[in-house]
Amino acid sequence: MESVALVVNGVARTVEVEPRRLLVQLIREDLGLTGTHVGCDTSQCGACTVHMDGVAVKSCTVLAVQADGSSVTTIEGMAPEGGLHPLQAAFWEKHGLQCGFCTPGMIMTAADLLASDTDPDDDAIRHALEGNFCRCTGYHNIVAAIREAANKMQVGAATSAEGAPR
Amino acid sequence: MATEMQRQTTPEVGGMGHSVKRKEDPRFIRGAGQFIDDLVLPGMLWLDIVRSPYAHATIKSIDASEALKVPGVAAVITGADLEKAGLHWMPTLAGDKQMVLPTHTVMYQSQEVAAVVATSRYAAADGVAAVMVDYEPLEVVVDPHKALLPDAPVLRPDRAADKQNNHIWHWESGDRAAADAGLAAAEHRISEDIYIPRIHVASIETCGCVADWDAIRGQMTLHMTSQAPHVIRTVLALVSGLPEQNIRVKTHDIGGGFGGKVPVYPGYVLAVVASLTTGKPVKWIEDRSENLQADSFARDYHIHAEMGATNAGKITSLKVSTIADHGYTDAAADPSKFPAGLFNVITGSYDFPNAFVEVDGVYTNKPPGGVAYRCSFRVTEAVHAIERMVDILAHDLDIDPAKIRMDNFIQPEQMPYKTPTGWEYDSGDYPRALKLAMDMIGYDDLRKEQAEKRARGELMGIGISSFTEIVGAGPSHDFDIIGLKMFDSCEIRVHPTGKVLARIGVQTQGQGHETTFAQIIAEELGFPVADIKIEYGDTDTAPYGLGTYASRSTPVAGAATAMAARKIKEKARHLAAHLLEANPDDLVWTNGKWSVKGSPDRSKTIQEIAFAAYTNHPQGMEPGLEAVDYYDPPNLTFPFGSYICVVDIDKGTGQVTVRRFVAVDDCGNIINPMIVDGQIHGGLTMGFAPSLLESMTYDENGNNLAGTFMDYLLPTAVETPAWELGKTTTPSPHHPIGAKGVGESATVGAPPAIANAVVDALWHLGVRNIDIPLTPQKIWAILREKGVTA
Ligand code: FES
Ligand code: FES
Repeated sequence: MESVALVVNGVARTVEVEPRRLLVQLIREDLGLTGTHVGCDTSQCGACTVHMDGVAVKSCTVLAVQADGSSVTTIEGMAPEGGLHPLQAAFWEKHGLQCGFCTPGMIMTAADLLASDTDPDDDAIRHALEGNFCRCTGYHNIVAAIREAANKMQVGAATSAEGAPR
Repeated sequence: MATEMQRQTTPEVGGMGHSVKRKEDPRFIRGAGQFIDDLVLPGMLWLDIVRSPYAHATIKSIDASEALKVPGVAAVITGADLEKAGLHWMPTLAGDKQMVLPTHTVMYQSQEVAAVVATSRYAAADGVAAVMVDYEPLEVVVDPHKALLPDAPVLRPDRAADKQNNHIWHWESGDRAAADAGLAAAEHRISEDIYIPRIHVASIETCGCVADWDAIRGQMTLHMTSQAPHVIRTVLALVSGLPEQNIRVKTHDIGGGFGGKVPVYPGYVLAVVASLTTGKPVKWIEDRSENLQADSFARDYHIHAEMGATNAGKITSLKVSTIADHGYTDAAADPSKFPAGLFNVITGSYDFPNAFVEVDGVYTNKPPGGVAYRCSFRVTEAVHAIERMVDILAHDLDIDPAKIRMDNFIQPEQMPYKTPTGWEYDSGDYPRALKLAMDMIGYDDLRKEQAEKRARGELMGIGISSFTEIVGAGPSHDFDIIGLKMFDSCEIRVHPTGKVLARIGVQTQGQGHETTFAQIIAEELGFPVADIKIEYGDTDTAPYGLGTYASRSTPVAGAATAMAARKIKEKARHLAAHLLEANPDDLVWTNGKWSVKGSPDRSKTIQEIAFAAYTNHPQGMEPGLEAVDYYDPPNLTFPFGSYICVVDIDKGTGQVTVRRFVAVDDCGNIINPMIVDGQIHGGLTMGFAPSLLESMTYDENGNNLAGTFMDYLLPTAVETPAWELGKTTTPSPHHPIGAKGVGESATVGAPPAIANAVVDALWHLGVRNIDIPLTPQKIWAILREKGVTA
């Protein structure tokens, strides 16, 4: 057994794991954060996407021991209790989900995109999603939701910049 | 004629026609859904499955001794163990039978051979790796045509003495003599072989369950990914002998179904057996590769079609014979009378007198086939055949494909229309939908652009599909699954404070029933959607229903919901009469209240009436305000649409790019436009997928060549086009709210639009037909053969 110390959604955790254990199982089974899903066994579907030290990773393709010392954010950590991240709100508003199984991974991937490109066009959004499968929505409203969130976040950033003390 | 529905309710109430935001979304966007693999019960064990590397082999021995030494392994279950309890075979929903675990012979690659039960996911997998199985390979039959040859090995010796061959059944519909005569007399005759490949629904959540046997209470709770939980409960009662009241099937949230979660897979049964034998809850969750290699498949239809017409392009006759590859068992979920599903809707949107269709089901060494892929019982196959044939006819006769459709359409005034294969179309305005699609895409300009491009040697194609769907199974005189009539149900309880709990017999796998069924009740009774909770997927509480597939939720359970609401409305009228001291016949219903005719301020809201039902009901009337309805539909519903697709083909690579895709759908009255659009987007993408990417192929040894997502290509956001949607509204005359269902129309309608566009781009080179998927390899080879270079 190996000891893995990491910060998940802002909380420090230490977990004893077999060296072969995957990060996704540490998140889902050891920590009970079941919003991160598993949809494949070949690193294709993106349902397991989380942020590790601020970067989107497929947690089915990371060993739990590799996450030792890192800071991980899952879908459950995207907004304070009861609140919604602009991406979560936009997925709801724009009907960017149906069965909801791909949704956490989609939102985590989209958040990674918006962190580096605050104003992506549809083409950039579609390319950013190339590692995330959705079988229900045909991606159409997912793209619309991400664009909507980008717009809202830009407005939000502009407003808070105006209100900032000089 | 079509009359469009006007919205009757305010946005706050949110009845029919409002794009109400989904009530289920707050949990999903937060990652707080409850999917099957999220469920953990105290003391739970894990089940994993040993699978066959061979497509056809004798099992000489299974040695579990090493597996039983693996730390954490609690048990290994083999076919021999199941045989003792008579559980090694189980019935399929199509009336065939299927192995739970084999006792002698494996019939397809990745078939379940043994199950390992252990204290963790990893221990179970270690146990699987340690089970030693000795196989002796047998001759493999992959091609269904070869399976029918007299010297082919008999794959199912368990069948009756007069069925010692690989032919499962023969089914036919229509008038053979009339179709033959029509063809013989035709001025122009075409004939084509069209293959629709084996494909897999690949919902992003795989299948799984947690079986939880409580020996003290004699209670089996089966948490599972099922589109039809009540049917599962009844089948489980019949197979296991457990009393049906002590079996509870619960579905929780399901991550997509599309038909793949209708059948009963061996894994479910093994988890039940393992829980019964260990006395612990047992979880089974498939890996994606297991899901792709072993779960039931769709399509695999080898179609031969002949069409006769006048030289002016008027269709006179259609004759179709088909070989249906069902794998080693017919595990389709088709209604009993329809082993080839509703394939005889193959006359499509066109008015002609003579048609005959026959299908022969065949066994091969492949996993069970014949389930749907977002399609109501073989309708996609039918639509593909007729829409390809009409297009070939148009090109052959040098008539524009839009014109030939307009010239042959069943006209709106002919509705209801009786087809030569026996269906009665409820309503439709086909010319209007095609006209709208042509206007939206700018059809005439596209044809001009195409002519200019062709002159320059560029490859551009335009394809049309004017499909008719058939959904909402179905009327009890014709429709049952293993004897269970295909009605559906809704139970509504109005609480004293005017809040509503409704339970429905159908299931949701993403369709948004928690929202749309609330909207039906809001429409009928005036309660705001926010005050209505919809429940489903728990057989202990929901009324009996046949489940969600074949786009039947809205046509059947949606009707039941409206009818149950109307029963409540009627009781409310009598309560209101009592409260208003008026004659019930003098009351009128508007906007959620009963008022006295002529004096609108003398009225009672539905909320006031609900309170009175529990606090102040008239003597002699039953207190309470509840109703249940079991709806047996009088007919199916027939959604339709016209799709137009524009493709460009790269001469250098053979790559097809869908430049534009306009989809005009008519699904009758619409409950929630936002959800309908979402269903169409998703459906179009699942039509696009097998047209260009997906296909499950096997080599001659029965090895699956696309058994992971590395090789089975799902479309991503990059390949998927931005869809352009249009609508017409032609209500169903027989449905209480005039709705028809929409979940599968686009999957059914899209493939021929794409295939027609690609052939349209290549027809001048002498190309008549290319079977889907239209991969770059296939197109590139054709271009080279025709002497086209970049
Ligand atoms: S589960 Fe990680 S990519 Fe599919
Ligand atoms: S919403 Fe079902 S897979 Fe994306």
